[in-house]
Amino acid sequence: MASCILKRLSSSKKQLCLLLRLETTAKNLAATRHLSFTYQPETASAAHGETTRMNFFQSITSALDTVLETDSTSVLFGEDVAFGGVFRCTVGLKDKYGKDRVFNTPLSEQGIVSFGIGIAAAGATAVAEIQFADYIFPAFDQIHNEAAYFRYRSGNQFDCGALTIRTPSGAVGHGALYHSQSPEAYFAHIPGLKVVIPRGPIQAKGLLLSCIRDKNPCIFFEPKILYRSAVEDVPSGDYMLPLSEAEVLVEGSDMTLVGWGTQVHVLREVALMAQEKLNISCELIDLRTILPWDVDTIAKSVVKTGRLLIAHEAPITGGFAAEIASTIQSECFLNLEAPILRVCGYDIPFPHVFEPFYLPDKWRCFEAVKKLSSY
Amino acid sequence: MTVIRQAQGLVSMFFSLRSPGIRIYQCLGKRSFHRINSIICSENVTSKFDDKPEFPGSKSEFVSKLEFIEPDNIKGIPVYRALGRNGNIIEESEDPKLDSSTVLKMYKDMTLLNTMDRILYESQRQGRISFYMTNYGEEGTHIGSAAALDPRDLVFGQYREAGVLMWRGFTLDQFMDQCYGNVNDMGKGRQMPVHYGTKKLNFVTISSTIGTQMPQAAGAAYALKRAKDGLCVICYFGDGAASEGDAHAAFNFAAVLDCPVIFFCRNNGYAIFTPVKDQYRGDGIASRGVGYGMMTVRVDGNDVFAVYNAVKSAREIAVTQNRPVLIEAMTYRIGHHSTAHDNADYRSAEEVRYWDEQDNPISRLRNYMIINGIWDEKMEREWKLESRKMVMRAFADAETRKRPSPDEMFEDVYDVLPKHLENQLEEMKNHVKQYKENYPLEHHEKLT
Repeated sequence: MASCILKRLSSSKKQLCLLLRLETTAKNLAATRHLSFTYQPETASAAHGETTRMNFFQSITSALDTVLETDSTSVLFGEDVAFGGVFRCTVGLKDKYGKDRVFNTPLSEQGIVSFGIGIAAAGATAVAEIQFADYIFPAFDQIHNEAAYFRYRSGNQFDCGALTIRTPSGAVGHGALYHSQSPEAYFAHIPGLKVVIPRGPIQAKGLLLSCIRDKNPCIFFEPKILYRSAVEDVPSGDYMLPLSEAEVLVEGSDMTLVGWGTQVHVLREVALMAQEKLNISCELIDLRTILPWDVDTIAKSVVKTGRLLIAHEAPITGGFAAEIASTIQSECFLNLEAPILRVCGYDIPFPHVFEPFYLPDKWRCFEAVKKLSSY
Repeated sequence: MTVIRQAQGLVSMFFSLRSPGIRIYQCLGKRSFHRINSIICSENVTSKFDDKPEFPGSKSEFVSKLEFIEPDNIKGIPVYRALGRNGNIIEESEDPKLDSSTVLKMYKDMTLLNTMDRILYESQRQGRISFYMTNYGEEGTHIGSAAALDPRDLVFGQYREAGVLMWRGFTLDQFMDQCYGNVNDMGKGRQMPVHYGTKKLNFVTISSTIGTQMPQAAGAAYALKRAKDGLCVICYFGDGAASEGDAHAAFNFAAVLDCPVIFFCRNNGYAIFTPVKDQYRGDGIASRGVGYGMMTVRVDGNDVFAVYNAVKSAREIAVTQNRPVLIEAMTYRIGHHSTAHDNADYRSAEEVRYWDEQDNPISRLRNYMIINGIWDEKMEREWKLESRKMVMRAFADAETRKRPSPDEMFEDVYDVLPKHLENQLEEMKNHVKQYKENYPLEHHEKLT
């Protein structure tokens, strides 16, 4: 039937139809390929007031708008930030606040971060964007040896607490080696730094505002796959969520599941599967802050359940799950009923066409749950 | 194959005409690079093109003959000098006409620094402090530049700028307390000697990493520009530091983002044991400035007045036009890189002696002062004795003070002590109390 209709249309209209069909197919393919879970919108705390429907990147824009509004010293900068950013996080801000406050920088991550350190050291608020977390490494020296140590080495005379670095991270379906990385583990090893990873729009806005206002340099990783796919009613006003506090999302009694960012949503579905198929009650915890991390909340949960599964996209060796596992086995040794299991990316560079096999998806996590419960 | 013609005369550099009163070299009235394989200024080249390049990346002009720019054929950027080695003002119009109290302060600060350097270097040799870096030969770069700044201008140093601190009022006690890392150290005993920093005097704490301060200085300048207090930033760095990627980022960001920062390069000929010939191939650091779009000048770093004049003008440009300025101060590192690097095989004793005896910022200024009747041998003798006494007294005092309590080791990692550090502090205290005879507690203030 469609082909009959097509025959009657002029050639340009045919082309247009074809393109639309291709685009729809592509989108469908993309949707099924990208997300192995369905994002569950959350409800904001009533205490934070009126809400507006926003996706993840819009919640970031909202946070940045709030900062620029309330802090006259604040500036945002990075590659392509002026026109709105490659992920649209800074759309409209340059027009609203001026090009001296929202601006492009030359293409140099070491320059972007160190420029931000200077701004912060001089007493103004700096929000630096690194376009992809995969490209943060040229700035590693400045982050580690400079930003993180600034206050300590000066005897607290100087600091760059007013610096926040925000950067998209994590798997996106097709990002491969250089558009998918989750480098939080490298930064967890830097005393003086804070590292935060939100799981959705409400969390993102509140945690970003906390990071920017925190008096220590912060790195804020934004799971890029959630930019468009995570939509919920986000408080329109100014609110903050606490750093270094993990959040128990689902209470459970048989085992503890810990993750952050995108992985929280994978684990949420694993918890449902575990309940449905194995009658296992899982306690789901979003770590939220990687450094300094909330040992007490995790420990309290493991004391209760006796079993711990930690999952993250980053490669398993030296990944942050190793730190959690090590600390929890030391703190909760006698409460453990089974070894602590980690389900992570394999120790390989993040591959392109093999992404579905690489990720710590809900099947691998489910299998780990089975192992843990039958130990 | 085109006929290659040599450029005649001095290299012409183009500066914008934004600021009258600053001397500039002009040629053709346009801002562009010279071509050295043909005579540009005097030859009238008939254009084979009736259009001009419209590329977003560069709008100059088309040429039809292929010619490479050969950097070896370009004469180096000239060195600006105001005070001759004999203490004579070279050109009246360039005499900064500083009053005698300023000149005396310049001389006394340079010599006091020199005296302090000798004593602290010796103290490292005797095992009293762990490490030291002297400033021999470069005192002129510190004092000349510091004197031309506003005391509120923010300073980002590398590690060989103690004279800037001295000029601003950092006391001998404060220098030595930092070197000893005692309870009075403003850095609280955390860093190696000579890693000074003082918020009060607007001197950002030194870090050992080379060149990292440079793009930070650009950022700080951006913030100062927005604050509209009429202040600027000065960033000191060496010939070696200029090779770091951070230097490139600093120059580019400062120029693109219109930052009021003075980039002051102390080109002293060496980076530890590496001579400049192993550091760069081009004409020093000044030649790079124009490439980034920065106002640039090269000065005689051993000439306190030239340094003063250059920084004063640079400051004016930076603050009134909100743009960076690059100053390359040519000088010589008479001492070794540090107490840990005193193997003398990398250069000849004659070379060092030449600079120490013939071209030294301290003796040059002294000559000027003697010519102008504000200094003589008697004053020299008295000052030598007095300055040495001052240093020795501060030295003796610093040595008696204890180091901070080990408790303080955990402070200031974050603004507030986080839970995990509270736990680690407890752990450390318990351990040390139990094994106290194995820890140097007698050198520290008490553990709580």
